[in-house]
Amino acid sequence: MTDPLTPAPKKNPLVRTPSPTQPPALRSRAALGLTAAAATGRFALQTCAECGAVQYPPRDACSQCLGPDLPWQDISPTGTLLAETTVRTSVNPYFRERMPWRVGSVQLDAGPVVICHVHGDVATRSRVLLKLMLDRAGQGVILALPPERTAHMADDPELRAMSSDPHLRRILLTDSRHPFAPDIAQALLQAGAAAVFAGEPEGWLPNPNRDALGALGVDIMPLDVTDTRSVQSLAGELGGKTDILVNTARHLRPGGALARGGTGVARDEMDVNYLGLMRLAQAFGPAMCSRTADGTNSAVAWVNLLPVHALMNSADFGSYNASQAAALALSQSLRAEFATSGLRVMNLFSGPLEEDWYQPLPPPKVTGKALARAIVSGLQGGLEDVFCGDVAQDLAERLRQNPKVAELELRQEGNA
Amino acid sequence: MTRRASYDGVVLAAPTTIPYRRYSTETAHWWIAQALRGALKTANLKPAKLDGLSVASFTLFPDTPVGLTQHLGLSPRWLDSIPMGGASGVVALRKAARAIQAGDADIIACVAGDTNHIDSFRKLLGSFSRFAMDAGYPYGFGGPNANFALLTDRYMHEYGATRADFGRISVAQRDNALKNPNALMKKPLTLQQYLDARPIADPIALFDCVMPCAGSEAFLVMREEEALKRNLPFARINGTIERHNAHIEDPIQLRGGWTRDIDQLWDMADCSPDDVDLLQTYDDYPVISVMQIEDLGFCAKGAAADFLRDKDMTITGDFPHNTSGGQLSAGQAGAAGGFIGLVEAIRQVTGTAGPTQVPKARRAAVSGFGMINYDRGLCTAAAIITGEGP
Repeated sequence: MTDPLTPAPKKNPLVRTPSPTQPPALRSRAALGLTAAAATGRFALQTCAECGAVQYPPRDACSQCLGPDLPWQDISPTGTLLAETTVRTSVNPYFRERMPWRVGSVQLDAGPVVICHVHGDVATRSRVLLKLMLDRAGQGVILALPPERTAHMADDPELRAMSSDPHLRRILLTDSRHPFAPDIAQALLQAGAAAVFAGEPEGWLPNPNRDALGALGVDIMPLDVTDTRSVQSLAGELGGKTDILVNTARHLRPGGALARGGTGVARDEMDVNYLGLMRLAQAFGPAMCSRTADGTNSAVAWVNLLPVHALMNSADFGSYNASQAAALALSQSLRAEFATSGLRVMNLFSGPLEEDWYQPLPPPKVTGKALARAIVSGLQGGLEDVFCGDVAQDLAERLRQNPKVAELELRQEGNA
Repeated sequence: MTRRASYDGVVLAAPTTIPYRRYSTETAHWWIAQALRGALKTANLKPAKLDGLSVASFTLFPDTPVGLTQHLGLSPRWLDSIPMGGASGVVALRKAARAIQAGDADIIACVAGDTNHIDSFRKLLGSFSRFAMDAGYPYGFGGPNANFALLTDRYMHEYGATRADFGRISVAQRDNALKNPNALMKKPLTLQQYLDARPIADPIALFDCVMPCAGSEAFLVMREEEALKRNLPFARINGTIERHNAHIEDPIQLRGGWTRDIDQLWDMADCSPDDVDLLQTYDDYPVISVMQIEDLGFCAKGAAADFLRDKDMTITGDFPHNTSGGQLSAGQAGAAGGFIGLVEAIRQVTGTAGPTQVPKARRAAVSGFGMINYDRGLCTAAAIITGEGP
């Protein structure tokens, strides 16, 4: 049975914060396929296109028939634990300070044998469910879980080291006026968040979410992502205790280029959606990166909420999507810049939301509850890319199949 | 299968060990040079006259044996590199013996050596193989300890062996090491100390593990007339085998490639395990020695624990095993760990082992095991050698 985590004691300012260390980060090109699958929560392995043999470890030719084509395919994540060990000493600093560490040898029902991390609730030589997860080097690794859920399962030290679980963590929503801010705050608190803070720009203006957030116990703090000093000021106060940052700030108006006379709105979009993210990263990033090994409530994740059309634009919100495409590109840079700390950047892509700005669009749309659920489950799964709702998942699939065709279809839909 | 040619006329001589050190400020080049120098001195041969060289080393980077020829001022007409870790000794012997038979070289020096700097073991682990990088070390970074812990766990489960069964091997080898002035481990070890030792990766504890160190080993391969001319005691090669990545279908390694070739080994040597005076196994962990004792045919699969229970594995015992203390007590000097048993076996059957000499040692079995590429050792090899004894 997993011992439930207890809230971290109040931080002693005289005690040194442990420096972040990393599990081994280097991988071959083929092995990055594991990481790509782990980033979206799939369990995929290479499968020979000619003979169907499932391969592991990742390689460049089929180990049965030498076939050259080894596409990544979703595989049944079930297997049997053949042998296990509890590693009690390691020359690697990351594992050394996390000993003991349980690893095992699992035979997959699909064939290959994998050496993997083993959850504490897995019984000796029993059936297991395998999960591909990102470790703190940001690389895909396999974790064996018990086939049925167990009590406090997420508190297992190995699972917790890979997830970005909000349980017992302190979370900042950067803009309390996001229409879904109350839903997000509520879901995070239900998932066990220790505290939720929410930023509020221009406090003299009405905030329709103030009462709902207040009722949840969310602390509302002044934060204007277009104002460097405001961002720095809140980072000075909260930067050292923000474990998860969810960037809910956005500037959203419909239209592409021709629907507008001039670039004023586009400037505002860039100021909030792109430069706002950069200001937040500059102010909160270093503090969060320095606290990724800080015990139970270590800094763990940075969440960006992006329209799925940041990946491939559609003209109805063409200018907004373009600014978010810039934010997406910046998030990829942040991933590389945060990498050595283990701070994970999770991008949550969604289609149109069930809210005023998307009012003219037809369903399906993403509700506040669905978006909040996707944030929580994405954090619990330690994901890097989450596609929330039917529109986002559909476009992601179309982009996987043929990006140019997807662009052409979006063009046609816009003209219909 | 074609009947393999014998090794008639080829001999092994000038076994050389440069005393190991836990850490060394010297390089692999230095260690290899010293072992080579020792062997050539024994044979009264000038380096420039050496026409064959076989090298095994993990820490020569960025050099290869090619660079080593210039570094050491050698001009061989036959050059080999054996990247097979714990199997490199027997494999080097196999290749060199055939080259001598064919006349491609007159005298081949087989050398293995590695240095051990502070932190070099960690760096070696991290870049050992692609599968280890991708699918081994990200999992707890226990290195070989974790791999062998998994095999040991499974072995104990399948065959009912206990930690004490493995412990008897470590304890007997320590006893042997106390007679070897060059062994790194100098204190006696009791079975109780073995059982009470600090756990490393369950069920493996401290005295199941080898100590990485710096060191080098060498021997010469030549025609028998050459050895007689130089007045060198020599050993003959009766049989050898080699196999890589055997038993792919086994989900976890409980046997090695020896099992596929063992009949050939004993046929070729025209003897049986009962005829062997001493055994040198590759002992990076006791479970691997156990595997070899079974797979070489000394007892049935899974029966080694029972078999060893009434055997005395020390130098003066009825089943002398790893007589120099092996890697478990003498230290693991990188690729030289693949030579330690073979070089000691040559000393034994030529009666030159000194304080570790087994009385009446005429026939030795030597086996090698190497390269944990991912979840198992891939290279296996074995040889039977004979000499005039002490």
